[in-house]
Amino acid sequence: MSAAPVLERPAVEPHQDPALAGRDDVRPTGKRLGPGRRRRLAWLLGPSALLLLWTAGSATGLLDPRILSEPWTVVATAGELLADGRLQENLAISAQRALLGLFFGTLVGAVLALLAGLSRVGEALIDGPVQIKRAIPGLALIPLLILWFGIDETMKVLTITLGVFVPVYLQTHAALRGIDLRYVELAQTVGLSRAGFIRRVVLPGALPGFFLGLRFAVTGAWVSLVVVEQINATSGIGYMMELARTYGQTNIIVLGLAVYGILGLLSDGTVRFIERKALLWQRTLAG
Amino acid sequence: MATHVGGLTRTAPPISGSAASADSRAAVSVRGLIRSFGPKGVLNGVDLDIAPGEFVALLGPSGCGKSTLLRALAGLDHDVRGSGVITVPDRVSVVFQDSRLLPWDTVLGNVTLGLREHDAEARSRRALAEVGLAGREKSWPHELSGGEQQRVALARSLVREPQLLLADEPFGALDALTRIRMHGLLQDLVAAHRPAVLLVTHDVDEAIALAHRIVVLDSGRVATVRTVSPDVGSTADAAGHEALRRDLLAALGVVPASGAQPTTPAEPAAVGH
Ligand SMILES: Nc1ncnc2c1ncn2[C@@H]1O[C@H](COP(=O)(O)OP(=O)(O)O)[C@@H](O)[C@H]1O
Ligand SMILES: [Mg+2]
Repeated sequence: MSAAPVLERPAVEPHQDPALAGRDDVRPTGKRLGPGRRRRLAWLLGPSALLLLWTAGSATGLLDPRILSEPWTVVATAGELLADGRLQENLAISAQRALLGLFFGTLVGAVLALLAGLSRVGEALIDGPVQIKRAIPGLALIPLLILWFGIDETMKVLTITLGVFVPVYLQTHAALRGIDLRYVELAQTVGLSRAGFIRRVVLPGALPGFFLGLRFAVTGAWVSLVVVEQINATSGIGYMMELARTYGQTNIIVLGLAVYGILGLLSDGTVRFIERKALLWQRTLAG
Repeated sequence: MATHVGGLTRTAPPISGSAASADSRAAVSVRGLIRSFGPKGVLNGVDLDIAPGEFVALLGPSGCGKSTLLRALAGLDHDVRGSGVITVPDRVSVVFQDSRLLPWDTVLGNVTLGLREHDAEARSRRALAEVGLAGREKSWPHELSGGEQQRVALARSLVREPQLLLADEPFGALDALTRIRMHGLLQDLVAAHRPAVLLVTHDVDEAIALAHRIVVLDSGRVATVRTVSPDVGSTADAAGHEALRRDLLAALGVVPASGAQPTTPAEPAAVGH
């Protein structure tokens, strides 16, 4: 057929390559079922929309400032608290608790998952207790932890650790168990040692699950942090908010919420960034 | 080599020149191999020898136990019931039907997998060049075509300088054109490295083109053995090639297609023993 094909739709995207600029690019565009290419900073869209709604609500008077402070009041409050140093101080102590708990929880979860995934004895010993721990809400343990460790930092970090290790364990263990048996056979035929097998097959194969668990863990760490700081603390963002509640300072409460929200968003973004770099080999819908 | 359930895998004595008898010179020796899944026997006493450097093709209908035999030689059937004595050399490489590349490792990483020598990387690069993939070392497996992936798998198995190469329908998933190219490549590689080869295939033409000897498996035993002379293999002897082809198709219980028959009508020969 010599006639040019009649296209109902034009080409989707113009050439990016200057060497090809000006050339014809007419292609039939099949219906794309995937979400398309990634766009930078696109993740900011949802949070920005939320911020916009809040501002609009306050500006039009739909939101009573006694119920929810205006965004500009919160910004001003943040300025004041930064100026007298209270915000940085409390943020630093909160971040330290969250990161310590995250670190220990991730370590414990990953190590337990490896032990349970690589040996039958390990699985028999570890998996049951973890499932039991999973069934007990982390917050229900707080009274016991206070009895054992008092109300100092140990108890707070431990509470976060206990909340963090479960999702890391569960996801890593599931990914480990899901490694294709064909790769295990391959490892045997190329004569990999046990250590080589773990390094070249098990760890990379379990990495996607580990990162999924880590994302749950990060969120969980902030949740646990809020609880321990509001129940029993004399410092930290949660304590700052709890204090504000007794004085009816809505603006500080909302500021605390905003700080938690920003921290959560940033930490999740960080994990996702590392995940994308570490899992370059994956071809998924996420892109 | 591991000793596995119901069978025994021993390492062959080093091949020394003239003094060795014909039997102990074999790269592979299988005696009375029995394997079964549940009550059903799959292999019912297989005897097979492969000489060093010999290329043997294993033919048989689907489900007759070809893979079971190959996996037994590779020591991959830990949990399968059976008995028999298997002797294989020290260095055995396996090529599977799927290229079985680790998706999270680069092409080069896949070839070096399990190598302990200090020059593993240089050797792997040479092996990749040998299969025509120089320059693709840093690619991810999913960036390669099916034929290229299988060439990486060949490089991975040959970089170990195996004394025995086990290949289970390595070209089964490839298109016809790529398969013909891979036949040429495999012949060159085998000529250069001289391993003994056991190639499992269901393709009679592939078996004739590549093998020195063809073994047909039937009812869990070696039913037919045919040697392939170089002239027949290269189709220089067209009549001999056609006769062998019909012979093998008959042994497999397949009546040759009428289109492939120039003069004489097909005479389904009894499956020989
Ligand atoms: N892991 C297994 N569990 C149960 N049956 C199996 C297993 N592997 C193979 N079989 C059976 O053994 C027989 C031979 O299989 P196989 O050696 O794979 O045949 P093929 O000649 O096609 O390679 C088949 O009937 C198959 O169903
Ligand atoms: Mg098979």
